[in-house]
Order: sequence, then C-alpha cells, then structure tokens
Amino acid sequence: MTQALLVDQIPSLRRYARSLTGDAWAADDLVQDTLERACSKWRLWLVGSNLRAWLFSVMHNLFINQLRQSSARTSMTLVDIDDVAHDLQAHGTDPSAGMDLQRCLMRLPPEQREVLLLVSMESMSYAEVAKVTGVPLGTVMSRLSRARARLQALLDAPAVSAALLTSENALPSGVTALHRLKSNH
Amino acid sequence: MEPTTALPLTDDELHAVVDGQAAPDQITELKARLLADAAGQEKLAQWQAQRQALRSLHQEVLHEQVPPSLQQAAQQTLRVHETSGQWRRQVGMAASLLLTFGAGWFANAQWDAAAPSTANHVLVARAQLERDFVRQASVAHSVYVPEVRHPVEVTALEQAHLVQWLSKRLGKPLKVPVLAAQGFELVGGRLLPGDSGARAQFMFQSGAGTRITLYIGAVAASDPALAKDTSFKFETNAGVPSFYWVDQGFGYALAGQVPREQLMALSQLVYQQL
Repeated sequence: MTQALLVDQIPSLRRYARSLTGDAWAADDLVQDTLERACSKWRLWLVGSNLRAWLFSVMHNLFINQLRQSSARTSMTLVDIDDVAHDLQAHGTDPSAGMDLQRCLMRLPPEQREVLLLVSMESMSYAEVAKVTGVPLGTVMSRLSRARARLQALLDAPAVSAALLTSENALPSGVTALHRLKSNH
Repeated sequence: MEPTTALPLTDDELHAVVDGQAAPDQITELKARLLADAAGQEKLAQWQAQRQALRSLHQEVLHEQVPPSLQQAAQQTLRVHETSGQWRRQVGMAASLLLTFGAGWFANAQWDAAAPSTANHVLVARAQLERDFVRQASVAHSVYVPEVRHPVEVTALEQAHLVQWLSKRLGKPLKVPVLAAQGFELVGGRLLPGDSGARAQFMFQSGAGTRITLYIGAVAASDPALAKDTSFKFETNAGVPSFYWVDQGFGYALAGQVPREQLMALSQLVYQQL
C-alpha cells in the first residue's frame, strides 16, 4: 500500500520542488534528497499517518537547511534567465505566462513562497501547512496574506519595472536580462 | 444581510473563500458580505486568478517520466520500508496473537531498527513453542480420553484436593472452570510431564459422552520473552481440534472432537473463569 503511495507522491513532489526552487535540476536534487532522507528517517513516519504531509515536511526541512547553508556561505549563484529560459518554457502551455509567474514567485521570500504553493498548488489545509512548515497557524495565514499581496504587486508591475526591481536587488548595472537566484545544491 | 452594515472581509476570510477552506454555509455567508465589499471583491478575483495560475504552473512535470535517479532513490526507500514492513507484518501477526505486549520486549525488540532478525528469531522460537505445546496437549488428549478405567488420576469427587495438588505442582493457583453452560462436567485431572516442567490436564465430559481436555502449563519459563499473551488460536493439525492461548505465562489448550464453534464457546468460558 505505502509503496504505491510513495511512488505516487514523486510527481507532485517534483512539481512543488520545481516551483519552489524555480529550477528543474535543483528541484530534482531536492526531491532526491527528500527521498533519501525519507529512507533514513522512515521509522519516524508513523504508519497510518499522512505520508504526503510527512514527505513535504521532510522536503521543507531540507529546503530551509539548504537556504541557510547557502546564505551562510553566500554561495547563491545568479543565473541569467536567458540561460534557463528553455527550462522554464519547456512543455508549458503558455510559456510566457508560466515564466512570468515563476519569476514572480522567485521574488517572494522562500517561506512565503512555500506557504503559497502548499496552499494553492498542493491544496493543503492551512493546518497541514502549519504542520509541514513547523510554524503556528497564525504565521501561515499572515505569510499567505503577504505572499498573495506581494505576488499580485509583482504580477501587476510592468515587465520593465519588474526587471529593474530584480536588478536592483543584487546585480551590477549593465545586466539587462532578468535574473533569479539558484542554489548550488 | 443588509449590505450597508456588512463588515469588509478580512484577509483570512478571503483566503477561506479562495481556497475553499471553510464550511459551505460559511462561504455562502462570506460571499453575501462580499457584495458590499468592492475592495474585497477585487482582491478575491486576483487571488482566485493566482490560485488558478499556480495550479497550472509546471503541470507538465506531473506527467513526465520520473527520472531514473529518483526512481532509484524511491526504490531504496521502498526496500528499507519493505524490510521493516515484513518485519512489522510479522510483529503484526504476533500482535494479532498477543493480547498485550511485554513492555521490555516492546522497547528492546520492536523499535530496535538494528534487530529485525532478533525479533524474527523470537517469533520463530515462539511459534515453535506453541506448536510443541499444542502437540503435547493433543497427545495427552488422545492418550487419556479413550481411557475407560483411569481417564484421570484424581476425580471430580476430590476436586478441592485436585486443584490444590495441581496448583502446587504447576506453581500457579489453578481453578477448575465450570463448563456446565455448554453441557460439560468435570471428570477429573492429572499431572503430566511437559517440555519445561509439570503440566496439568483437566478432563470434562458431556451427557453424550464426548470428552474434552484442558491442558495447562507454564510456557517458556526459561525465556519470558517467548511467553507473551496470545489470543485464541484454532489448531487442527495436531490431531485433535484445539484452541490454544497464552495468558500470563501459562499456556492453555482446550482440545476435543467437537465443532469449532462449540470449542470456541468452551474456550471463552474457560478463559473468563481462569
């Protein structure tokens, strides 16, 4: 029973990781780490409890750790969006819309991005999200509010100003393309 | 509701509508209030559009073939889980036999990830003990039930003495169950040698002359880990049908050529009284 369940979770874990990291390779690395961690921590999962929520919380912990490590080592690398445009566009029904949404998502703080994705994409209840991310329900709700407000502002902003907003974050002048962060993992 | 008195919706209320995370009648109420809340309506529309867009983001990943590296990682997890699963199933089988687990064994074996083989060993050893016990009960039954002149050592007439004597030899206060409700009366009892010491056999007889025997003895006195309480187990392979169970370190086997349902009812009577 759980075998089928575990395999069933991989596609949604991949999609979530993809949206969370904004990068196909980083996403699959994260999923791989999650599966390996799940393997070593298998006995912490109580039979009969929610396997899906447990896997997402394993992934959450790994993701947060990666962020901490990367910011500690300041090893976040900037990836030119043009280099990965084919990634973002691959198979999308509306590549430009998907790319834009993903770009805006990446400009949300990671903890807001997580909450927004778990609620919207993964249809988790607020209580489940609180459990997965290990924060109180009130924090989930306020993160969700901020995420939705900020995402709307980003989506509404004309592309040019969005590019300016992005470049003002970290980029030296003269770089015209959109940039986003990519973890080294 | 009067629109002019309606309060604007809070963010949390808007989220609940967008994500459908409220009871249907609550959502209906919120939507009614929303009629008077233009700003809320706009926000709701935006957030609903966001939600829709996010739900279709990277949809294609859901239909992609899972990369081999991930399949491998999942397989690895599955192998670990299968191992622990098999082992859990075995523990589960035991659990269906066991009414209660001893806390020590529980702590030492069940959750000791490094010792599934030990747990397995215990289970195998216990199954062997059970088989031996039931087989001995069956042999004792077959030997003494046909006996006409000396089916028992001490007859029911001396029941007090019988109980006292066998209790002393088995090292456990015994009682003779009353099975009259099922039409069986005590014939008497005897002392028998078992694998690990003394065993007692009580014989009962129905009005029609059918005899059943109750075989009692300590199981695995040397290794308490092997003597866990079990629920009733029906056994037919030992020659005569019997119900077997373990309660507080003592094994009980009730054997007789009677229908399974009747033997079960008799076993329950015995279990309740001992």
